[in-house]
Amino acid sequence: MSQSDLMIVLYAMIGGAIRVSTPFLFVALGECLTEKSGRINLGLEGTLILGAMVGYAVSYNSGSPWLGVLAAGGGGIVMGAAHGWICKLPKVNDIAVGLAFMSLGTGLAFFFGKPYIQPSAPRLQSLPLGGWSQNPQVQQALSVNPLFFVGILLAIALWWGLRNTRAGLTVRMVGDSAASARAMGVNINMVRLLATAAGGFLAGVGGAFLSLSYPGSWSEGLSSGQGLMAVALVIFARWNPLRCVLAALLFGAAGALGPSLQSIGISYGYHFFNAAPYILTLGIMVASARSKSAAKEAPRELSIVK
Amino acid sequence: MPSVSSPQDLPARPRPGVFSRLGHALRDPVLIEPAIIALGALIVAAAVFSLFLLVLGKSPATFFSLVWMGGFSSWFSIQNALQRAAPLILTGLAFAIPARIGLTLLGAEGALVLGGLTAATIALPLQHWSLPALVILPVMASAAILVGALWMGLAGWLKHARGVNETISSLLLTYIAIAIASFLIEGPFRDPASANKPSTQPLGPDLRIGEMFGSSVHWGLAAGLVLAFVLWFLMARTTFGFAARITGGNLRAAQGQGLAVGRLLLTCCAIAGGCAGLAGFFEVAAIHGQANASLAAGYGFTGILVAFLARQNPLAVVPVAVLFGALDAAGGLVQRRMEMPDATMLVLQGVIFLVLLVSDTCYGRLPFLNYTRSGDRT
Repeated sequence: MSQSDLMIVLYAMIGGAIRVSTPFLFVALGECLTEKSGRINLGLEGTLILGAMVGYAVSYNSGSPWLGVLAAGGGGIVMGAAHGWICKLPKVNDIAVGLAFMSLGTGLAFFFGKPYIQPSAPRLQSLPLGGWSQNPQVQQALSVNPLFFVGILLAIALWWGLRNTRAGLTVRMVGDSAASARAMGVNINMVRLLATAAGGFLAGVGGAFLSLSYPGSWSEGLSSGQGLMAVALVIFARWNPLRCVLAALLFGAAGALGPSLQSIGISYGYHFFNAAPYILTLGIMVASARSKSAAKEAPRELSIVK
Repeated sequence: MPSVSSPQDLPARPRPGVFSRLGHALRDPVLIEPAIIALGALIVAAAVFSLFLLVLGKSPATFFSLVWMGGFSSWFSIQNALQRAAPLILTGLAFAIPARIGLTLLGAEGALVLGGLTAATIALPLQHWSLPALVILPVMASAAILVGALWMGLAGWLKHARGVNETISSLLLTYIAIAIASFLIEGPFRDPASANKPSTQPLGPDLRIGEMFGSSVHWGLAAGLVLAFVLWFLMARTTFGFAARITGGNLRAAQGQGLAVGRLLLTCCAIAGGCAGLAGFFEVAAIHGQANASLAAGYGFTGILVAFLARQNPLAVVPVAVLFGALDAAGGLVQRRMEMPDATMLVLQGVIFLVLLVSDTCYGRLPFLNYTRSGDRT
């Protein structure tokens, strides 16, 4: 591999990391908020796919991709609120309900998405931030979708809000000790329902990014476990929104590995490189499980860390 | 001091007759509650789905009559349903057995794909040495079972040794398994003759498992029925099953009793993986005749729903798998006659799944059952 090939792969990885990480980032921030309130929503995978379909369909029919993003978020709110409402019923397991939403969301997206596989909808425009460079690879790598910056701002806002606002304190209290929250007169089911609905909104927006920016079209194979990996990513990031950004970038880089190598003609073992994010996720879960500092930061009410 | 009457003093009660014992059983919440709630959930799910169809301007009556036609009405459609039920029984068991020990293990799809691939590839050199089919078929089946057991055992081991959440790890392992299988099928094991759809080399005609008794249903169904009974016996009537259920009920109590929790967990995961791997073997040896992308047909995921509806009872898995096999078999008919996308059945499955989980909240709260009579309800 020559020097220039290495640079091409590097540029493609950086650009790919930014592009691939954006949906991870949104789903992870949503899941982070939900898990902070003490519930886990595995159904975000379904929400992501439904969001991708709704975003694409609305963008196609209205001509405005941003309207599509909003509509995708709206679909996510409905799914999240339904999850939150069902989980408040006694004896209902939040992980199983997440699985059901995964299959329902996928089913609904495929059902209504059939007519939108062919037509081409208006996409979200990327910001050309690489104009200073003559190098076309740098220009391509640095054409960044505005949603990426929205995600980073959101992560900072969420981090600040969870630490410093009354609402953030309430969410953390509900997630750490339902009994104390109840004693303080907080309606824990309502807090969790709102946190799950907000998480659903973000996952829906993440889905809209998939269909409206990168890869940038609607198909049934669009999402392959990104929503699920984001759940593992939140555990890795130890429920800290800022660390979610770094983790999402890392996952994005792993996801960009296969396509970048392909760009210089290495296509042997393409499927292996595509599996890189899953292997990375699993490795990280193995490494971070049972770590004392992770256990300290985990919301106490969360069923998967109990 | 109150006098204590010994049992001998009581007047002898007449031995209850058959009908009274039957009536007794029918009022026993342990037996009847899951049946009532599961059936109720199915009816509610059908109602919700009818509403969905009505909103779309389709007729629910047409839909359900087509499901009846495609799944149950004739010998042909029943065979079709049973054919699809066979892998569903095995993948349903693959979810149900670990669930009894408290694990939500979703890796059946991955174990099925890897098991099928193993069976398809291990047969080729054996075929080359022209061994008889009676030797090769058992080797294929055992290899598929072994690979499946190892794959799902991995998730169990990670749970036990490292405390990794098994739900997420097993799903990730499924994606990894499908990636490995695609890599091997499109790379080293690819049959150069398979141009459009990369596949491994086809098995010889003597390695194709035939149909049972002149029907078009392959022997996977028989294997599923036998395994369902064996695993029911294992979980309900042996010390192993008892220990596993204790562990599922209360992990700390099981550890306090000195049960070998790790070994129990690993064994349950390995059994599950073995079932899924066997399903992969039958898919290859009875249906496809080679390993290709059609192996990942979603049986592993539908099996989760089957097990939930059967409330993780291995015997109940069988009828539920037949029901879903029939739904699957009717899918094509619904698609053609009602001009609906193939995802219709996915939506129906999602609705059933969701309503079923909501129905969990009814346990212990049905007004017409006398819960206090049967003591503890586990």
